Amino acid sequence: MTKPVYVIEKLNAWFGERHVLKDITLTIVLQQVTALIGPSGCGKSTFIRCLNRLHEVVPGAKVTGTILLDGEDIYGPTVDPVVIRRRVGMVFQKPNPFPTMSVYDNVAAGLRLNGVRRRAILDERVERALKQAALWDEVKDVLNKSGSSLSGGQQQRLCIARAIAIEPEVLLLDEPCSALDPIATARIEELLLELKKSYTILIVTHNMQQAARVSDVTGFFLLGELIEFNETRQIFTNPKDRRTEDYITGRFG
Amino acid sequence: MVRSSISPFRFAAFHRPGVSPADRFFRATVFTVAMSVLLIMGVIAFELVRNSRLPIAKFGWGFLWGTTWDPVAERFGALPFLYGTLVSSALALLIAVPVGLGVAIFLSELAPRWLSDPVTFLVELLAAIPSVIYGLVGIFVLVPLIRNSLEPLLSAALGFLPFFQGAPYGVGMLTAGLLLAMMVVPFVVSVSREILMAVPHSQREAVLSLGATQWEMVRIAVLPYARSGIMGSIFLALARALGETMAVTMVIGNRPEIRLSLFEPGYTMAAVIANEFTEATSDLYVQTLVEIGLVLFAVTILVNALARLLIYNVFTKVEVRE
Repeated sequence: MTKPVYVIEKLNAWFGERHVLKDITLTIVLQQVTALIGPSGCGKSTFIRCLNRLHEVVPGAKVTGTILLDGEDIYGPTVDPVVIRRRVGMVFQKPNPFPTMSVYDNVAAGLRLNGVRRRAILDERVERALKQAALWDEVKDVLNKSGSSLSGGQQQRLCIARAIAIEPEVLLLDEPCSALDPIATARIEELLLELKKSYTILIVTHNMQQAARVSDVTGFFLLGELIEFNETRQIFTNPKDRRTEDYITGRFG
Repeated sequence: MVRSSISPFRFAAFHRPGVSPADRFFRATVFTVAMSVLLIMGVIAFELVRNSRLPIAKFGWGFLWGTTWDPVAERFGALPFLYGTLVSSALALLIAVPVGLGVAIFLSELAPRWLSDPVTFLVELLAAIPSVIYGLVGIFVLVPLIRNSLEPLLSAALGFLPFFQGAPYGVGMLTAGLLLAMMVVPFVVSVSREILMAVPHSQREAVLSLGATQWEMVRIAVLPYARSGIMGSIFLALARALGETMAVTMVIGNRPEIRLSLFEPGYTMAAVIANEFTEATSDLYVQTLVEIGLVLFAVTILVNALARLLIYNVFTKVEVRE
């Protein structure tokens, strides 16, 4: 029932000399929503970027420790990061659809990278992904228009559709609503609750209400350390650590 | 990316009464300097037309597709030179664009910082070498190399094509194209590199997170995003190739004929002006050379206008997207 997806042990990460993650150890469970909260610069974005090996594309970045994804060490010497990234979808802070591609091609981009060529299969998977991302009804008549012609909230759902089209095992979201208005944010949150049924989700957020609303478990990061990691209800009603309490009650700093 | 915009406010300020005298003086000065650019363009065009009245009257539009170049009989046609200029430039781009783009991709995407900075500096230095030096390199290095190795090789491998037939002179269209390619590669590299580096990281990360390899990232996210800017860099290189005089004259063979084979000598508009101006004895001959200059001027402006349009296009597009 609580099958671990990610088992992370003693994860450390650096940008050059800057030590941004310190001895992070935690387990992410299948089909749960895990929220990561904490002040800016606390390392939570870096943390999820380690989970799909995207941290290392920044020059000077370094990672130590082990991350097991379904029991496989993703930092193992023979592991190709490209393969890992195909198993883990990611949605970024600012909506970043490919502006030169149509709505359809945006969603199909990942499928094509995975070698899907048959038009019928592409059509079906694109439609399914757009439906899962609650965007199908709004774009089904403009599939050939540029992805950047959509509104900000639609663009972000397009990015979610693009990420889930390849049916990843895990979906990482790095502050997916920070560039969106409250209405678009509410739609994404509804969507996350829906997606939770089929995906394991990690979401980084600055918005504590959002963490409380959508997540099952919450981790609080501070200055590169994981201060507290527990059921969301626990974190928000009865935090164990003084610093967590200070942060969630806004008495921080 | 810096893009100047002329706001209505700035025009209003220009006409506003009661600004300080120093400001008014400053504005009048920069306005004059700016306008002088337009004036120079106008004067060039006007003088070129004025000084080619004789051939314009005598040959009319037929000058553009006339193929005879006979100074003794005073029968002139510009087509061999137009052909030479366009073919040598096209050949140069054909070689310089893939090479230059490859270098730009390497420098912006793959090379570590310690390598890309000095290489970029050196590439930009290449653009500063005087063209006569390139011409000398052409004569002493490129011509023997092409005559003894490249042309025999090409005619052996691709000799069934009309482009690679005939005796390997070493001097000719192929050599001119290669030399021009060497000269314009730095333009393609430095502009394309800037454009590629301006592609947002979010685009790269988006495609990487879908499981793209580095090449797939460049192909899917970087190049399409940068395509208009890259086109702009190509057009700038083309404008440079069209006008290049010295180096081309030294290796193209200077024969006013239209030959399909790239081994054959040719002639370009810039080269014929430089070579024959001092020998032109009659008024008609001199004015014909001026008219050649007019055609070159027109072709260059056309190409530049196209480049501007493309570059303008990419910046407005990026603005809308951000």
